[in-house]
Amino acid sequence: MVTTPLLPSDYLDLVSPLRAGADLRGRIEAVHPETGDCATVVIRPGRGWRGHTAGQYVRIGVDVDGRRLWRSYSITSPTNRRDGRVTITVKAIPGGKVSNHLVRRAAPGTLIQLDQPAGDFVLPPTKPAKVLYLTAGSGITPVMGMLRDAEFDDAVMVHCAPQPHDVIFRDELHGLVADGKLRLTEVHTGTDGRLDIARLDELVPDWAERETWACGPAGLLDAAEERWSEHGVRERLHTERFRPAVAVVVGDGSGGGEVTFSATGRTVEADGATPLLDVGEEAGVLMPSGCRMGVCFGCVTPLKAGAVRDLRTGEITEAEPGVLIQTCVSAAAGACDIER
Amino acid sequence: MTAIDPTAHLSAEQIEELGRELDAIRDEVIADRGEKDAAYIRKVISAQRKLEMASRGVLLFSIFPPAWLIGTAGLSVAKIMDNMEIGHNVLHGQWDWMRDPKIHSTTWEWDHVSPSDQWKHSHNELHHTYTNVIGKDNDLGYGIMRVDEDQKWHPFHLGQPLWNFLNACFFEYGIAAYDLELGKNLSKRRRRNPEFRARARAVGRKIRKQVLKDYVIHPLLSGPSFPTTLAATFTANLVRNIWSHSVIMCGHFPEGVKVFERRSIEGETRGQWYLRQMMGSANISGSRAMHFMTGNLSHQIEHHLFPDLPSNRYAEVAVKVRALFEKYELEYVTGPLPKQVFSAWHKVFRLSLPNRKQPAAGTPQRERELVAV
Repeated sequence: MVTTPLLPSDYLDLVSPLRAGADLRGRIEAVHPETGDCATVVIRPGRGWRGHTAGQYVRIGVDVDGRRLWRSYSITSPTNRRDGRVTITVKAIPGGKVSNHLVRRAAPGTLIQLDQPAGDFVLPPTKPAKVLYLTAGSGITPVMGMLRDAEFDDAVMVHCAPQPHDVIFRDELHGLVADGKLRLTEVHTGTDGRLDIARLDELVPDWAERETWACGPAGLLDAAEERWSEHGVRERLHTERFRPAVAVVVGDGSGGGEVTFSATGRTVEADGATPLLDVGEEAGVLMPSGCRMGVCFGCVTPLKAGAVRDLRTGEITEAEPGVLIQTCVSAAAGACDIER
Repeated sequence: MTAIDPTAHLSAEQIEELGRELDAIRDEVIADRGEKDAAYIRKVISAQRKLEMASRGVLLFSIFPPAWLIGTAGLSVAKIMDNMEIGHNVLHGQWDWMRDPKIHSTTWEWDHVSPSDQWKHSHNELHHTYTNVIGKDNDLGYGIMRVDEDQKWHPFHLGQPLWNFLNACFFEYGIAAYDLELGKNLSKRRRRNPEFRARARAVGRKIRKQVLKDYVIHPLLSGPSFPTTLAATFTANLVRNIWSHSVIMCGHFPEGVKVFERRSIEGETRGQWYLRQMMGSANISGSRAMHFMTGNLSHQIEHHLFPDLPSNRYAEVAVKVRALFEKYELEYVTGPLPKQVFSAWHKVFRLSLPNRKQPAAGTPQRERELVAV
């Protein structure tokens, strides 16, 4: 009543944005380079942070050029870190707005928005006897969270990266090897070519007996899923996908239309290939978002009218009461109305 | 359009070329919007909140005259900042591109008795689309005044200097009534319309909250300073009302601003729409502080051309827009605040009387006669 039309929190946010009860935020405390295009960001989370399980990711909202963009990153810090900080390790991908910003420009002291940690690519409560980590590129990040969190009697890692200097956490991994806590095979795809999944028989002869966590590009994960299925041990394989499983854009990208965001009162032209999430963000609409690849359902939004096409399958969804669409993998199929 | 159409020298092709040049100005700013702009609005919002808290804090001791003066002045400025540079512009969606849910046209609420969603409809959708079109743009005299010769005179208009003065003092209530379209909706048949009743209830709730805060809770918290704090919050609201009323009158009422006939906008092209905004608005000249306190509505012409560009960019846009006015030989109506306020009030007085039959020489406004388009 005293602060109407604002809320008391609007004033408290001016002085204490990380307090308990505030919207969950974090403050970047440091950015440490890992490789040429990769850095670890140390974040002090707000008081409402509930803590994570090793292997989980967190959605963060970062203001890049004044625009708030949300992305998901794996947490690389152990769960029991004394100072309560969490770290994410980010690899700058070509053209990636958020990743390049975090790796090259983010300054200590910057406030970012956080979600509670999420994801089921985690270690089970009881430690398996033998584990295998099959990773490639930045796919090592959730696994590093696991390695830092718990010790295993028999852990093997097969990691792919273009060159030795591209291996993120290389020194730390070699330290674990030196201490006898990990057996590591680095596959340098720049010189050796891509890992043929059949080579696992030679690299890790007992792979089928191991509880396996795999994270990396879709090609690797698809091959692994097939291989594990063939051997009837699919349930021992846990995967985490960073990129869409199926190439985005089905068809020739035609068939867009006029997209109305009725809650915001904005109407824009969209083609049939651009995800509605991007269309809305470009138009300044408050679009919820998450993985941006059709996995996390953080972006679901009611479709009020018209039709949309699923960019992964080409399937058309038409508006009906209660129909929710994933805006990150849906494009306009004719005029449509999105309730945002 | 009128017989002495000030745009008559422009060909249809020139008007479209003008439209393209204005589009280019807009695109340039949009491509360049970024971190600095975001930092600007956050700084303004933070400063407004701190000023308001500090002023209300000082007013707890308003029984002491210096505290009353400082607190009232601070609160008046804070309320003006909230309504003008922040509220009006956020509600226009000028900052939506940041995608910060805390600074977004769909979530913002302002220190004003008209709920933001109702104001957005009457202001953004009606006034900005139908700017200065007689019978379509209710901002032309707010339905209680006659501000152009082409509007029909009625004996009711004899009182319009008084109506305008009262509207200035209680401007936020005037706007709430206006957003509710009370004049139209109080008729017996419309009064029962459930949609209207829901909107009226929303306004009632907003008024109750605003009144409770300014006239009950804050004075009560002031203890022995109750009556002086009450006087202070009332004064701050009055100052804010008169100030915003004056600024807004300067936007469309001063002499030299054109109005348009309903039929003239049928089939209007983008170039013609731009041209109508250019001819239907007037600026206020002055210092940076003046622009800031008017919420950059001192750049009314630029604001009407590009209602959703961030307000901090209007000053730089104005230089380019003014060059286009010169290039196309159009009149850029601007002047210092006192001159423009006087001009607008002069019109309110003059048009409270019916048009004279014989137009006097040298006063172009009176030479107007409608031509069929």
